Amino acid sequence: MSSITIKRPEAIEPAPKLDKKALSADHPTWCPGCGDFAVLASFFKVVQNLGIPHEQICTIAGIGCSSRFPYFVNGHGVHYIHGRAIPLATGVSLSRPDLNVFVFGGDGDGFSIGGNHLEHAARKNLNLTYVIMDNFVYGLTKKQTSPTSPVGFKSKTDPWGAQDEPVNPMRKLVASGATFVARTHAAQVNHMSEMFERAIKHPGFSVVEVLSECVVFFKGSFDAANPRKGGEFPLIPEKQWDDSPDDWKAHDTTDLSKAIKLAEEPWPGKFGVFYEVERTTKNANEQALIADAQAKVGNASSQEILAKRFARMR
Amino acid sequence: MSTAAPSSPSEPRVSGRHSVRSKTVDDAVIRIAGNSQDGIQTIGGLLARLAGRTDQDVITYMTIPSTISGGPSIFQVRIGSGEILSPGDQADFLVAFYEHSYKSHIGFLREGGICLYDSDEVKPDTSDKRFVYVPVPLTSATVEAVGGTAKDRGKNMFALGLLCSVFDLDRERLVEIISRQFGSKDESILRNALLAFDAGYAYPLGDILDLAFQLKPATASGKTRVATDGNTAMALGLIAGGVRHGAGYPITPWSPIMEQLRVELPQYGGMFIQSEDELAAISTALGFSYAGHLAVTGSAGPGLSLKMEALSWATMAEIPLIVINVQRGGPSTGLPTSVEQSDLMQAIYGSHGDCPRVVLAPKDVEDCFYIAIEAARIARKYSVPVIILSDQALSSRIEAFTEPDLAKVMVEPVLDLNPAPAEYKPYPLNAETRHAPPGTRMTGGTYPVVTGLEHDEMGHPTSNPDLHMKMTARRRNKLRRLEAELKTPEVYGDANGEILLVGWGSTYGPIREAVTQLREQGLKLAAIHLRHLHPMAPGLEKVFDRYDHIFVVEMNDEGVYGQGQLATLLRSRFCNPKIRSICKTDGLTFKIREIIAGIDDFIAVTA
Repeated sequence: MSSITIKRPEAIEPAPKLDKKALSADHPTWCPGCGDFAVLASFFKVVQNLGIPHEQICTIAGIGCSSRFPYFVNGHGVHYIHGRAIPLATGVSLSRPDLNVFVFGGDGDGFSIGGNHLEHAARKNLNLTYVIMDNFVYGLTKKQTSPTSPVGFKSKTDPWGAQDEPVNPMRKLVASGATFVARTHAAQVNHMSEMFERAIKHPGFSVVEVLSECVVFFKGSFDAANPRKGGEFPLIPEKQWDDSPDDWKAHDTTDLSKAIKLAEEPWPGKFGVFYEVERTTKNANEQALIADAQAKVGNASSQEILAKRFARMR
Repeated sequence: MSTAAPSSPSEPRVSGRHSVRSKTVDDAVIRIAGNSQDGIQTIGGLLARLAGRTDQDVITYMTIPSTISGGPSIFQVRIGSGEILSPGDQADFLVAFYEHSYKSHIGFLREGGICLYDSDEVKPDTSDKRFVYVPVPLTSATVEAVGGTAKDRGKNMFALGLLCSVFDLDRERLVEIISRQFGSKDESILRNALLAFDAGYAYPLGDILDLAFQLKPATASGKTRVATDGNTAMALGLIAGGVRHGAGYPITPWSPIMEQLRVELPQYGGMFIQSEDELAAISTALGFSYAGHLAVTGSAGPGLSLKMEALSWATMAEIPLIVINVQRGGPSTGLPTSVEQSDLMQAIYGSHGDCPRVVLAPKDVEDCFYIAIEAARIARKYSVPVIILSDQALSSRIEAFTEPDLAKVMVEPVLDLNPAPAEYKPYPLNAETRHAPPGTRMTGGTYPVVTGLEHDEMGHPTSNPDLHMKMTARRRNKLRRLEAELKTPEVYGDANGEILLVGWGSTYGPIREAVTQLREQGLKLAAIHLRHLHPMAPGLEKVFDRYDHIFVVEMNDEGVYGQGQLATLLRSRFCNPKIRSICKTDGLTFKIREIIAGIDDFIAVTA
């Protein structure tokens, strides 16, 4: 059978157990008070909990404040171009089933310049986890309107207040065919970690939107969902499928129309898993194509397969 | 054309034409003109394959309408026993399916040439005595042979039978090739194809044609030959070069490469992904390459424009990648099914920033195979993106060439996940780039982030001006090291003389034929062909010194300053005012007479 040769040592010592120190790389360049610090800490915690081997961590990001993420994680990483982290991660995920592929980015990367890729990765159900750190503003370029800026938000490109209807991330993600869609808040670390852990364990395209405040350009943006700032953090009650008396009222995460309905709730809306289904991943589909094709050529080497192809052109 | 060889092994076999003389020819240009849905590409392809199998040289040429379905289309085959380099300036034989085919292409027939036409459709002006007219009721005779539904389907095979008879081709082999071509389909399709073919073969031409052409038998090379088009050769070259992954987005004339790789690669344990757009395609390909699997993406000019930002990242992050541009007429949607070489500057300079990358161009169909292998080798060795500039003419034309010795050329890809040593540096200032793909244990404990930001030897971002200069030089010097590896291309023709023709890409054949023709007229001249366009092979200035005039022949516009794209590059590099341009942008390949006329514009070479 023709397959790609992989060179690696026959036996490798297990990597030292990961702790925060082993996982930390550069000190984050984020502004003091930025919500993204909590996202990073939460990610470290989950990676440790899940016992992911060090060399199998691969973080990929585009451009933006949050997209600096790979520099702050001591793991294999890519700092790619604006909006295209998902298609690059596609190549990594599809060809390297041994890796844990994480994409980190912001609302600009995910919903504006890279919006098209999000739709297609979701429908193809690529096996990777995408964390969107949504701060409702362009921070790295210093306060322009973002695709999630609320109407009326005053920015340098909309000094009179943003006019365009913002993207509804949950509605967009659920509608696009993503198989795991969750929403959390950077100030709710336990909830955030729970969402990350479930997303990583999910086989397929899992997305978590984290409301992560930009304390410099959009201070107080998510106070309405922060009990410490006088807001509320209402959780989605998930159906347990037991006979408990109130279970019928809880949210069925496999129900697409109910997930959309949840997404339509007025600000600040609810938090938790909106949608979660299992569907064949593109990774599995491609592996099946390979298995079928290889079954047909039997034990032929790559040279024999190609020679046969040439023989057909004689 | 030479006269009949009395020793020809068998008498020409043309039914009912015992009185005809046989005539042996060195080569023949056959143009089949009809509509694209008539399957004339099929006949052309079969003829080309036959020629390849009988050691004859062959080259084909086709035009395809850019409309969704149908429209006038031609397929031209030039078969010969010598070296065939271009599809031919004039046809010896025209098969006209329709009135419009006749009207548009009769002018392409040489004087004394034969126009075989469908008498059910075409009313030729037989008073024009320059040509020989042969009426055959292609439509009704096919219907008679195969049945009512065959009207549009079988007449290509009927015409092929006729051609087989007129040129006394190896019928047995042709039938074998037809059977293989249609064999995998519904049984009735093959049966009807053979019925139509036999009917055409047996069609009594009487003494309408007083000559039966016989192609001079080619000297047996003893080597197995294959016949295919440039896109297929390129796809197979990538596989031979060890490329197992890729991603693309459909665009003419690149699509056949991605279609073939999509089907072929899974057999080798790889995959080709159809992406949502050009940006995603190159990004996914870069993802494969970053993951340790050298990958390919491709497109035509418009798609290349979209890939440019990612290409700059590949240069900066030093990720190996192969990018194929099957050039077509531009700018914008331009002439999507015509040929042009107007993306050279884009290939070399088309991104933002100082963005060195390698640019190669295959000279013919066979070279599409070998250049893909070379591109893979260079991409791996120097961790650099490599662009291959093919073009529409190369992509679709069929040529016969010696079957490659796969044992010699095949590269088996290896994904190296051995632990990286503690002193690992991805971007050492004094050595080649060495990536540790994800999955690699970093013995030193520090894991690499591959970035588009300027970085130090460890890949760590820095905006230190000194380092930016050093790293810019480092990325450029990779190409200088490649340049030092390259050999000055061989000169074809006189070692010194009056004129040197310089070409790149698919102009190879016609330029070489122009040199042969002009040398026969006593002129001292030569041609040199560049396969490496960035960096160029060293030593060109010494070659240029040996000729009085240097003409760069290319299919692009002469620009504001009167020079085509390669000529501009050569002038800026060598500051040599002898370098001038012969350019054209009519969307068709160069004819030999056009090259000669181009030279004539500067210095009189024809009487």
